[in-house]
Amino acid sequence: MAPEEICIILTGEFGDGVVDTVLDACRPYAVVRVDGWSDIARFLRDDGRMRFNMLQCVTALDLLEDNKLAAVYDLFSVPVVGVGPCATLRQHFAIRVEVDRDAPHIPSVSGIWPAAEWHEREAYDMMGIVFDDHPNLTRILCPDDWEGYPLRKDYEFPLEYHGIPATTEHQLNSPRH
Amino acid sequence: MGTTVLQSGSDVLTDVEGSEQGDLRTEEMLVNMGPQHPATHGVLRVVLRTDGEMVLESVPHIGYLHRCAEKIGENLQPFQYIPYTDRMDYLAGMNNNQAFSIAIEKLVGIEVPLRAQFIRVIFAELNRIASHLVAFGTYGLDMGAFTPFLYAFREREMILDLFESTCGARLTYSYITIGGVHDDLPDRFLEVLDEFLDYFEPKIDEYNQLLSFNHIFVKRTANVGVISADDAVRWALTGPVLRASGVNWDLRKSTPYEIYDRFDFDIPIGLPGGREGVPRSVVVGDSWNRHIVKVWEMRQSCRIIRQAMAQITDGPHIAAKVKNVKLPDDEVYVEIENPRGQLGFYVRGDGSSIPARVKVRGPSFCNISVLNHVGKGCLLADIPAIVGSIDIVMGECDR
Amino acid sequence: MTRMSVPWRPGGKQVHRGPAALVAGIAKALYATFAPLVRAFPGPLLIGAIVAVIVGVWINYLVFEFVDDSLVASSTNLAGETGLLGGPLALGEVRAGLTTSGVPGSGILCYVLYPLQYGVVRDVVSMGGILGFISVIPLYTIWWERKVAGRIQSRTGPMRVGGWHGWSQSMADGIKLICKEDLCPASADRPLFKLAPYLAFVPAILAFFALPFGTYWVFRQVDVALVFILAMLGIEVIGVILAGWASNNKWSVYGAMREACQMVSYEIPMGMALLIPIMVVGSLSLTTVGDTQSEGWTSWIVFRSPFTFAAAVAYFVAALANCKRAPFDLPESESELVAGFHTEYSGFRWSLFFFGEYAAMFVVSGLCVILFLGAWYSPLPMSLADRWGLGDSVGARAIKGLLFAGPLWFVAKCVFLLYVQIWIRWTLPRIRIDQVLYACIQVLLPLMMVLLLGHTLYELFVPVHGFVWTVFNLVLSLIGAVFVLGMIFIATYGFWNRVGLVGSLGVETLPGS
Repeated sequence: MAPEEICIILTGEFGDGVVDTVLDACRPYAVVRVDGWSDIARFLRDDGRMRFNMLQCVTALDLLEDNKLAAVYDLFSVPVVGVGPCATLRQHFAIRVEVDRDAPHIPSVSGIWPAAEWHEREAYDMMGIVFDDHPNLTRILCPDDWEGYPLRKDYEFPLEYHGIPATTEHQLNSPRH
Repeated sequence: MGTTVLQSGSDVLTDVEGSEQGDLRTEEMLVNMGPQHPATHGVLRVVLRTDGEMVLESVPHIGYLHRCAEKIGENLQPFQYIPYTDRMDYLAGMNNNQAFSIAIEKLVGIEVPLRAQFIRVIFAELNRIASHLVAFGTYGLDMGAFTPFLYAFREREMILDLFESTCGARLTYSYITIGGVHDDLPDRFLEVLDEFLDYFEPKIDEYNQLLSFNHIFVKRTANVGVISADDAVRWALTGPVLRASGVNWDLRKSTPYEIYDRFDFDIPIGLPGGREGVPRSVVVGDSWNRHIVKVWEMRQSCRIIRQAMAQITDGPHIAAKVKNVKLPDDEVYVEIENPRGQLGFYVRGDGSSIPARVKVRGPSFCNISVLNHVGKGCLLADIPAIVGSIDIVMGECDR
Repeated sequence: MTRMSVPWRPGGKQVHRGPAALVAGIAKALYATFAPLVRAFPGPLLIGAIVAVIVGVWINYLVFEFVDDSLVASSTNLAGETGLLGGPLALGEVRAGLTTSGVPGSGILCYVLYPLQYGVVRDVVSMGGILGFISVIPLYTIWWERKVAGRIQSRTGPMRVGGWHGWSQSMADGIKLICKEDLCPASADRPLFKLAPYLAFVPAILAFFALPFGTYWVFRQVDVALVFILAMLGIEVIGVILAGWASNNKWSVYGAMREACQMVSYEIPMGMALLIPIMVVGSLSLTTVGDTQSEGWTSWIVFRSPFTFAAAVAYFVAALANCKRAPFDLPESESELVAGFHTEYSGFRWSLFFFGEYAAMFVVSGLCVILFLGAWYSPLPMSLADRWGLGDSVGARAIKGLLFAGPLWFVAKCVFLLYVQIWIRWTLPRIRIDQVLYACIQVLLPLMMVLLLGHTLYELFVPVHGFVWTVFNLVLSLIGAVFVLGMIFIATYGFWNRVGLVGSLGVETLPGS
């Protein structure tokens, strides 16, 4: 199914839930509202026309100029013998969920795609997006007592961590981030 | 997990939960497997809750090899970032280079010359063989068989020699680059490659005889850590792990990138026991299938390389002018079939020559997340069998 | 921030104190003396050393035999008449015996031979021999294992130390291990932690005391030698459990518990397998058991009946498990338990575990050889020696010892079994603990019961040298011969075609090879 058709179905089903559809991009995606995201996710997984049974990637974005954070969900439908009616679907689509930087709360989809569990932990660890109802929202790559969210554009590198120097003076004088 | 902090092996008995069976009082024990443990393939740490030899829960903890690869990606031009992709899945540097290059090419709209695409396919498949050889050998190590490891590395050396003759590096190649490949093939490369394939293909049968169909090996791996097809898809497992669960899904076939649609090859998937010489006790999705799928894939890779060698054309090996490209205000997500699964690169440009966001979707990262789901109620000795069969590279898992 | 304290000064001259200074001094002196020599003539020295050891052992053996057979047997002296300690021989008799045998220098030799009639003196001599032998056996088994493993894995193994194929690699490793720091974890149970390696090592040595290498060449003649050896091998498990528990490391505890489970289970089928040859001979004395197998390879107990044949195989499997050798190396399985019970050990204490393991490997191989594989007798029957007219002169005895019977044959057979153990280790993966116990309790134990009963009935109903007995004996002997020849052929073929079979990585390129 082409991305256009997916967008049409999504807009038809959820109306205002879909904020925007970007079809002329390299990889088309739809922007959806935060509060409707759980329902849309379940629809995307269960509906016979969609069957997006595999959540491949959750990318957290920092849209500093809009004062927003975003999570991009890359979904694939993989034909699995015996699971679901659509054995021939091989489609790829992406959903973007944008939230306010000050209160970045997104409902977790780890109950819908278990694969989201670690991706969401990573997004929380790196970008500070809080996924509500996540079974175990802790840092995954950084140590538990790390401060700040390293991939945010306004992140400042710590000078030291438990006495280990983390930034050299040279780097401080020539910031590239 | 995160609730229980354990010091490695310092106190013998941490009273987690006691149970009484008749006169016998047993206690559960928390055991820290890793980050410095021979069977965790690097710095994976698995916290096991055990009752004697039984494992009740196995929680993987990662991040010990986190090197801020994504943050670095936001500070460098794409062609400068190529060497960093090598260091993610350091056993399959070529494939990583290829994935990132394809992402940037797609974002910017660069046409890759045909010869470069053939060279890319040859090297990606050679690297797949090299990577599967390591997986094969280390899996033997996990099972206590030392010798196949050395054999696998002997063959891998030959592949690395081929790589070295082409790009000068043996581990971190940075050979496949944006717009093509860095250098053309050296003289006599295809002849030597042909010799290698003639030598290597019969060896696969020997390996199977020595390890894969060894009675003890089958006993150790068959019906251990079974992942159903449904679970595999829900947990977004990819690569040999997914195919061992019986899902016929390989990006080279299902959504061919580069020129993979020109080649004739099969996708090996996990088989139930008793068919086609598969041992009787094997079930679809178990550790043995995850192991054998890799072995069978080596043979398919040989087929692809042979066809690519026959079809390769003359021409330029790289598109002109690839440095200092301006990335459009757009985003792209590209996945290719790495030896360990689907390696995805999300790249977002903002009009400058430095990406606004680079995100890596590592197959090891997703594949190991299923460990707690399958590593329950098995024996302690099964944990290396499961971790080894999932075949992770921590460099890519932690990035 | 807390910094790790560094107890040594990098780059500084290392200062040894106490016993370490002595060891280091001896090592340095030995190195300074022998290293140039060894470097100059590696081949001749090695071959010369081997020949010297063999000749030494042989002279000792012949002397014991001479004293017992020729002198004591012909002695007319009554106990206690001469000499401070009493004894059957007087000094004069020794001298006279030597003179009549035509040995030159009997005047001095008699003083050497005279004390050998006493058990205490022989014990002291044996003690020296046993310690020397036990030091050499593990060292060379380790070197041999590394060479075999290297060849199997298309490597070369040790190539440098000592010149010829790294023949002194193990000694260098031993010196290194002795000089290493003796670490004991802070939270370990110190006394037990330090005691454990000795408990694992000493019993393995003690087992050698009762292990005969020839009819006369036994360190201590014990009538219940088999029971003694099994008891000694059984003590080792205590050392391992102590090591695991005292280390205060969870992986060590796992290793210790696995060891306990495995050893205790496999002692039963192992003991039952050993009962069968005991039933055949009717004696627990290993010397007696060995001497019944003198009439060529068809008289070996392993070929006596189908039941003894099966028992020999089952014994070998159980012995592998008992020595913690692959595929039963669960107590120290590297990929599961880091290093199992010896995770926390280092240096000399660690090496004691290894000495104990390799010594135990030799002992169980020795038991197998004595009880099943014809002990110290060659495949040629001893009656052939009589037919050739070999008498009792020293020269004839030497020829008999080389061709028909003697410690050399015993050691050669043991080394062959060691080689099989090594071969198995570098070929097979490791079994899981439940499968280990299944193999013991569900397979080996019932099998051994059947074999025990079956052999009893066989001995009752099948007359020795009857038709059925002869047929079985011939068939089994042929199977054994084919098996051994096949193994030798495979090993030889593999060695000659090693380049084609496993490649020659590094063989040509390694400097100094």
